[in-house]
Amino acid sequence: MKKRIGVYVCHCGGNISDVVNVSEVVTAVKDMEGVAIAKNTLFACSDAAQNEIVNDITSLHLDALVIASCSPKLHLHTFRAVAERAGLNSYNYVQVNIREQCSWAHSYEKVSATGKAIQLVKSGIERVIFSRAMEPFSIPAEQSVMVLGAGIGGMRSAISLANVGLQVYLLEREFFIGGRTAQWGDLSAAYENGPEVVSRLFKQIREHANIHLFIGAELISQSGNIGSFEVKVKIKPRRISGDCDESGFNQAISICPVEVPDDFNFGLTSRKAIYQHYPSEYPAIPAIDDANCNFCGACESLCKSIDLNQKEEILNLKVGNIIVNTGFDPYEPTRGEFGYNEIERVLTLPQFKRLVDISGAGKLNFKGKQIHTITYIFCVGSRQGEEGENQYCSRYCCTTALNTAIIVKRKFADITNIHCTRGIRTYGKQELIYEESSRQGDIFLEFSFENMPVVEERNGKVFVRIKDILTANREMEAETDLVVLITGMVPRRNNNIAQMLKIPTGRDHFFNEIHAKLRPVETVIDGVLIAGTCQGPKNIMETLNSSMAAAAKSAASLSSGTIHLEPIVADVNTDQCTGCGICLTVCPFDAIVTAGPEDKPAVSIVISRCKGCGMCLPVCPEDAIELYGFTNEEMEGMIDGLTSY
Amino acid sequence: MESSSAKLKVLVFSTDKISDPAIDLAGLLKKHYPAGVYTISVPCSSAIKPRWIIHALQRGFDGVFIAADGTDCPYGELCVPNTANLVAATQIKMEKLGIAPQRLKMAAICSICAEPFVRYMNSFLHDLDTI
Repeated sequence: MKKRIGVYVCHCGGNISDVVNVSEVVTAVKDMEGVAIAKNTLFACSDAAQNEIVNDITSLHLDALVIASCSPKLHLHTFRAVAERAGLNSYNYVQVNIREQCSWAHSYEKVSATGKAIQLVKSGIERVIFSRAMEPFSIPAEQSVMVLGAGIGGMRSAISLANVGLQVYLLEREFFIGGRTAQWGDLSAAYENGPEVVSRLFKQIREHANIHLFIGAELISQSGNIGSFEVKVKIKPRRISGDCDESGFNQAISICPVEVPDDFNFGLTSRKAIYQHYPSEYPAIPAIDDANCNFCGACESLCKSIDLNQKEEILNLKVGNIIVNTGFDPYEPTRGEFGYNEIERVLTLPQFKRLVDISGAGKLNFKGKQIHTITYIFCVGSRQGEEGENQYCSRYCCTTALNTAIIVKRKFADITNIHCTRGIRTYGKQELIYEESSRQGDIFLEFSFENMPVVEERNGKVFVRIKDILTANREMEAETDLVVLITGMVPRRNNNIAQMLKIPTGRDHFFNEIHAKLRPVETVIDGVLIAGTCQGPKNIMETLNSSMAAAAKSAASLSSGTIHLEPIVADVNTDQCTGCGICLTVCPFDAIVTAGPEDKPAVSIVISRCKGCGMCLPVCPEDAIELYGFTNEEMEGMIDGLTSY
Repeated sequence: MESSSAKLKVLVFSTDKISDPAIDLAGLLKKHYPAGVYTISVPCSSAIKPRWIIHALQRGFDGVFIAADGTDCPYGELCVPNTANLVAATQIKMEKLGIAPQRLKMAAICSICAEPFVRYMNSFLHDLDTI
């Protein structure tokens, strides 16, 4: 039993102390049996607080530690390291969650939340009293990583991982790589366009022996744990095998009778069921879109590489980590939102960028009319006000809109840009783009959330009406040739990855990291990391940064060749055990074997096989099995702590 | 006026990898549930001993809720029948001790089930109030 326990109750800035009366918690527990010191601390995770705890442990000869703060998912390892630095076994430390499961969950009930925090801390103290010193187990770690999504972020993660010697399985659900970036023309703050960036990364991937790229590939199931995930991958049939000369492919595309809106150009153009988006696209062969192909066989007769009978394949792989980098979808305005889908000269930003990219220099035409005046309406689908809508800023759209306005003015003659904004957010060096847009004579108006612009069509002409904050709420109306809705980012539709990998999503419905600053690419599922725009709006640079961070985090966890696991295993009290063998029937890992002499049969645990699930505990009629860290003393001690007064 | 269910105490056995993240997520998303709900996390829902449940009920908890791994259990599919068996065995013991079996409830809570968890808590407290 521990007799000199240190208890620290964290304010977490105000995250806890705005709701829980921290001093009252300290007062309530300081005189408990075994407590040598109880303190409150502003940020228990800060260097200063950690050093103070280390000093207390050594100077006061503490034999156990309780810290009441955030979820153990965030800082368990931080505080275990504090204990170790002071020479205390890290399993003599208990973390009590009074933030996620107390102050945040009961923020309107300050008195009740304080009472609950007291009970929780008492419970932690009762548990640590019976804690025992343990050492973690090590298991071999697969030297391979699966990266989901071969956009620029996924490719960057793959290259970084491959460069440190890990095998990488890079999966792309679509038939072509590059994700959204392949759709963008000239990029802001760079002298490259989207396809050029994709080509540069793809060249490195193709040349790297450690990267195995699967296209048209989807993760369909996974099991296992960090260090050893078993995954099943389905590869859709591309229905084209090997090479065919270019004219053969072109003839096959032209003879295809099926024509559908081209997603790549956001419906501005159409494509065939056998298609390739642009000539330099990777892989440089077309694909057949099963959802739209009528399997008439016309293309097959023109090109010997087309095989409409090609079947899907299933791959079974073993990987140590999974990095999810599945990107975003552009916000799709609702019908009638600023005239979208009702007035034909209203486009979204992604549609407009494709229009600019596929139009030849000189004159910009749309629907048979030359475009002179373009009015941009910002923050469409972002910074919305109502609960359930997208209340976040999509970060990239102001910069992209102004960059596109600059490109339009350079590429086409006689263009006037009118920007209806809610305040420009071209942060960092992107301010230079704002400056350039201003210098080239773009007009800036600003509206408030309460007074949204109105888009109307009268007598075949399109008008935008706005109450402009910058001119004392003066109402203005501009006749315009084209309205561009500056749409933000939303999470991918039809993304079943979250369900399969059990990645939590946040209030914005993007994937949720453990902590935006402290653990920005890790999820609560050990070994599953997230990066890029699947975790929230980001520009290209931010996407690449997070992708490299995920690669670094993954490499760090696998590169030693071993993963350290909790030493939580079952233990049999052979005096109580009668050897009935019921526990053998419930163990999924065959970790229990019969042992002991004939006159005193018993079972024993094969430590190397035991995963610490504890399934054997409740079935033992003699209550002879305990789980380290979850013994009867510890569990019932915790319950007593929660019910004590 | 505070409802009588607000004074009830419920012990939730959550699981470290599956349901505990969902309970954290409920807090993160500021989805409120009554402060009488306390959580103890275990590795797997099929590891909960009947004696712990009965101890909690005898020490003053009004109800015990097992936020089970369900089919998401990282330890395999045996978790579902094993958890169901332990709940059934515990309810028999509870009856023998004169404790209403309805005071023990189980539902699968996955790692992103923040909203279902809050719903379960509200409805369980409501049910307990009527026992």
